[in-house]
Amino acid sequence: MSELDLNDKMSEMLAKSEANVKNSKKDFTRPEDELREVVAPDGSIIKINPLYDYFSDEKPKEEKPRNGVVEKFLNWARSESIWVLGFGTGCGSIEIPPLVTPRFDMFRYGVEMRPTPRQSNAFIISGYLSVKTLKRVIRTYEQMPSPKYIIALGSCTINGGMYYDSYSTINRLDKYIPVDVYIAGCMPRPEALLHGFAKLKQLIKDGKAEKANEYARNFDEYKANQKKIIKDWNMPDYNW
Amino acid sequence: MDITSKLIYALIGLLIVVNWGMLMSVTFRKIGARMAGRHGIPFRQPWVNLLKNISTRTIITHGYMYYLGPVFRLSGGIGIFLFMPMVFTGNADGLWTNFSFQGDLILILYFQVFGMLGMAMGSGEGGHPYSAMGVARGLAQHAAVELPLTIAILAIAVQFDTFSIYKIVEAQQGGFQNWVLFTNPFASAAIILAMLGALGHSPFNLVKAPNEILIGPATEYEGTYLGFMMSAGAIIHVMEAVLFMNLIFGGATSWIELIIKSFLIYFWSVFVGMVFPRFKIEQSVIWFFKWPLGFAIIGLLMASF
Repeated sequence: MSELDLNDKMSEMLAKSEANVKNSKKDFTRPEDELREVVAPDGSIIKINPLYDYFSDEKPKEEKPRNGVVEKFLNWARSESIWVLGFGTGCGSIEIPPLVTPRFDMFRYGVEMRPTPRQSNAFIISGYLSVKTLKRVIRTYEQMPSPKYIIALGSCTINGGMYYDSYSTINRLDKYIPVDVYIAGCMPRPEALLHGFAKLKQLIKDGKAEKANEYARNFDEYKANQKKIIKDWNMPDYNW
Repeated sequence: MDITSKLIYALIGLLIVVNWGMLMSVTFRKIGARMAGRHGIPFRQPWVNLLKNISTRTIITHGYMYYLGPVFRLSGGIGIFLFMPMVFTGNADGLWTNFSFQGDLILILYFQVFGMLGMAMGSGEGGHPYSAMGVARGLAQHAAVELPLTIAILAIAVQFDTFSIYKIVEAQQGGFQNWVLFTNPFASAAIILAMLGALGHSPFNLVKAPNEILIGPATEYEGTYLGFMMSAGAIIHVMEAVLFMNLIFGGATSWIELIIKSFLIYFWSVFVGMVFPRFKIEQSVIWFFKWPLGFAIIGLLMASF
């Protein structure tokens, strides 16, 4: 196939996919995520579906804890090494930076910030959560390796707080992702956050912080709730 | 010495090196914290982190090379260890010389790149854009570090007429005036400066560059993979320090001496890192091609004529 033919073919396909986009107005998929055919360098034609080719199509599974003393020991290690994802969702994230300063110093409790969801096991939902951010929160949460913990910071995550009647924020975080520890207040001080970490540590040591399994168990219910509020659902259901 | 007891001693040595590397890394974090007026992480933290990472329940994969990246890195570290004479006992086939042989210096230089290339391929398969950026920066900087380092090591090899680390250490025995640091100061200066790049702390830490490109090549790695990489990092840090100790600081005659010397060598890079902020990639490459390379060439000429 000559280069000119290739170009013709490509532009033809592009026009086709653009027409697809125009026809399906209800679909929120972006043009680059459309199901389409691509000409490979050797001239063969490949069908690709970006939304599903790059992601897992398997539901999360429940991971049973190990037995007795082994799990207790591992839980001790998990509780002494809490890696928090650096993702501030609302105004409460202003309370997190003081924790790395000399005054509060969370490092001495084994709590660290981690830049990527793949390596973190705790997620602080800091304050109000807009529907737009909820979408990102879900994707990030599902990328974190289990066992994972959610700390909900501030009143907004409990009942909506001062944004209870807002058109763009959610009221109860627990409906969309499972929460391990709530820290009430508007805004809670960094000391309250440290207390929250202590509480989370105790839960992990007692073997009660198994919310990742709860999420897997009630996956369909959580997904239904999420889809009810996120109108432009343009991502796969399972995306870790 | 028969192969079995040699293997047993090598495994004991590896255990010491892994733990010493972790202790060094936590001391580095502690010093950073104290400079900022904090308490910093507890001393047990690296071991707890390792245990936590290994006990992660879910683990995802991106393909075969993604699996092999950390394995390559760990085997690169262990490879350096296996062929490095750790403690000089006056016997080339002694307790802690591991599997050192005639020409091990070349093999060790190769193993330094081996782990890095493995990581580059593994994190490339991870597919995260920041991994690719970290890898590109890492390889560019490594090439810039390797050139002065290799020329300086060549100068030492010419000076003692051997590629065996054991013989280089043997030639430096009998007092500090015999160290390469004093017999060939220019090659030593090149190595001491290139060491900063090889150990990868600030100002040459733009490969990982926390807060800028997440953590570079390791962005997609989690759980056991990350645990592998943490232990590999601990081994490589100690082994780099031991390599430079053997080359220019006269080696060690006991484990205590090894620990003191490798500590001081490692902390040369830490102290520089505490003072100087991160270089950009073009700055660091130009820097390595300027000072260390110049010193290395003068050192090579000094050794040759």
